[in-house]
Amino acid sequence: MEFLYYMGDVFTPINFGLLLLGTIGGLILGATPGLSPTMTVALMIPFTFKLAPEQGLILLGAAYTSTVAGGAVSAILLKIPGAPANIATTLDGHTMAQKGEGAKALQISFIASAIGGLFGVFLLIFLTPVLATWALAFGPSELFWLAILGVTVIGTLDSSSVVKGLLSGCIGLWLATIGFDDIMGAQRFIFHSSVSGGINVIPALIGLFAIPQVIAMFAKGRSNVDAEIIVVQRHPIGAAFREVFSRKRALAIGTAVGSIIGLIPGVGGQIAGLVAYDQSKKMSPESAKFGTGHPEGVIAAESANNAMVGPSLVPLLTLSIPGSPTAAVLLGGLLIHGIFPGPALFTQYPEVVWPFINSMLVGQILMCVFGLLIAGWAANVARVPRAVMAAVVLGLAVFGSYSVGHSMGDVYVMAALGLAMYFLERFGFSAAPLVLGLILGPIAEANFMQGAMIANATIGQMAYFFTGWLNWLLILIVVASVGYSIWMELRQRRYTTKEDAQA
Amino acid sequence: MNDLPRTQHIIASGAIAAVGITVAYISYTQEPAAAFVFPRLIATVFAILAIWTFVKAVLGRTKVGQGLSGQDMRNLLPGLIVTLVYAFGAAKELGFYTATTIAFFILLTLYDPAPHTEAKTWIKRVLITAGFMAVMYGLFAMLLNVYTPREIFS
Repeated sequence: MEFLYYMGDVFTPINFGLLLLGTIGGLILGATPGLSPTMTVALMIPFTFKLAPEQGLILLGAAYTSTVAGGAVSAILLKIPGAPANIATTLDGHTMAQKGEGAKALQISFIASAIGGLFGVFLLIFLTPVLATWALAFGPSELFWLAILGVTVIGTLDSSSVVKGLLSGCIGLWLATIGFDDIMGAQRFIFHSSVSGGINVIPALIGLFAIPQVIAMFAKGRSNVDAEIIVVQRHPIGAAFREVFSRKRALAIGTAVGSIIGLIPGVGGQIAGLVAYDQSKKMSPESAKFGTGHPEGVIAAESANNAMVGPSLVPLLTLSIPGSPTAAVLLGGLLIHGIFPGPALFTQYPEVVWPFINSMLVGQILMCVFGLLIAGWAANVARVPRAVMAAVVLGLAVFGSYSVGHSMGDVYVMAALGLAMYFLERFGFSAAPLVLGLILGPIAEANFMQGAMIANATIGQMAYFFTGWLNWLLILIVVASVGYSIWMELRQRRYTTKEDAQA
Repeated sequence: MNDLPRTQHIIASGAIAAVGITVAYISYTQEPAAAFVFPRLIATVFAILAIWTFVKAVLGRTKVGQGLSGQDMRNLLPGLIVTLVYAFGAAKELGFYTATTIAFFILLTLYDPAPHTEAKTWIKRVLITAGFMAVMYGLFAMLLNVYTPREIFS
């Protein structure tokens, strides 16, 4: 209960002021398409130079928490995830918004985020030593299979065609190999100078999600019909709380999946929302409603992506291994202040670590309060005319992708991928598995190569990658996930054909 | 499925299959081979799935994807041209703020359903463009200190 001893430190005027600033700023920036949690935290690091270590970390931690939740705003209202973690939120959240339930979707997303987030931070507080030991069980072969699992689950989930979903994942994995090989330094698939350093995930994410939306708005032309993008109706907050607590299964699955995935070093929260959505869909008696604006889809996705925030810091704080890209940026923030994470961190710097963790606990509640307050206000985004929305998103996409590395190459990559994705979507491909392939590609390759080297020096590659209960568990989940999706697709097709024949 | 989407599916899946086969060919022929171990694994699956999709399109068995109608193409073409010119040329040559102002205003003019004959419409478009640019300048130039390419009028 050492954390209670330092709880008062969160409420000093400066610390609480920074917590409020990080929370409100993070919500606004998270809601802005193209400004991801990683980018927001990275942009805030220079502002922490003159602050005390715990103050700097409180600001960064609050921004991390609230940008993940804030990303749901653009995911729900614009179908543009604020971060990879919000991809799954678009599936039902945006459909709810299209049906006039934008405010309700936002409210349940913030409530589910806070519940998942609180659980995740409590895990961070109470189970750090145990969970860190468990996370160590993941060697290169297990991390490789986990990355493959991420791509296949998403490939089979977010596409009405399993083959096209897996093909999208393969395209993403291939895009991730563009650039220089880490081990040999060899050039791979560098067909233009813009991709010589590889494809940066943030511009790719902006392009793949924002530009198809912009072009889809263009495709509707100048007509007055459907000039309002989505109609948002007011929704009482109390009803949103009742809605969330009546969907306990989705909330529990999202929270549990997010906590477990957040704990695994290197994988991070990108896939937490999607895996939770997938599992929630498969275990729900109302699985047919998923994708049609079902609140359980939003609850599972949002509780998962915030539940992963706390556990993603466990390997960072105990082993110096970031659990997510944003945690990697936080590691930079720690090192700037001369703090080297490791098992001795809690004994050497308790006055820094505990206020930081406690601030994340308080930050989850603040995030929920301010999130619910801006939910009604944020719904105004939906009232912006389509022409204005298209032009705004295009401008933000160009500026946002350029600001990542001050490189025109990133703008070209963003625009090229976005244009290609629009046409791919028209032919049944989806962006989510492609993005996951792009994000998990480096993790899969690094662990595959590392595992291959270990295997060559020990028991051989086949034996290394195909032995051990954890490897087999992950392989079985990959096979089961693909098999289940193929079975569902075939069954749906058979029924459709039978109905067509009867008609 | 009518003939137009079927032809479009064949073209789209054919293009993807061509990319898949090219990626596989490069992966298996480029040196050093050790740097292409993982890409080979990916490229093999990529090429197989892409060829499968192409064959299904040729046989007319594609179930997913509506393709593009002529009306869609006519609607999106002006916006697409503005986007291409803006992202691939004007942003660098004219400067981000100048290019964004022009592109934003043109897109509003092209897609805003309000009548072009009313002065009020034009004033509204100018004000929206100016407001958006003020926010962009405040956020990226002043708050985030993003240094963009030199503006043509500076």
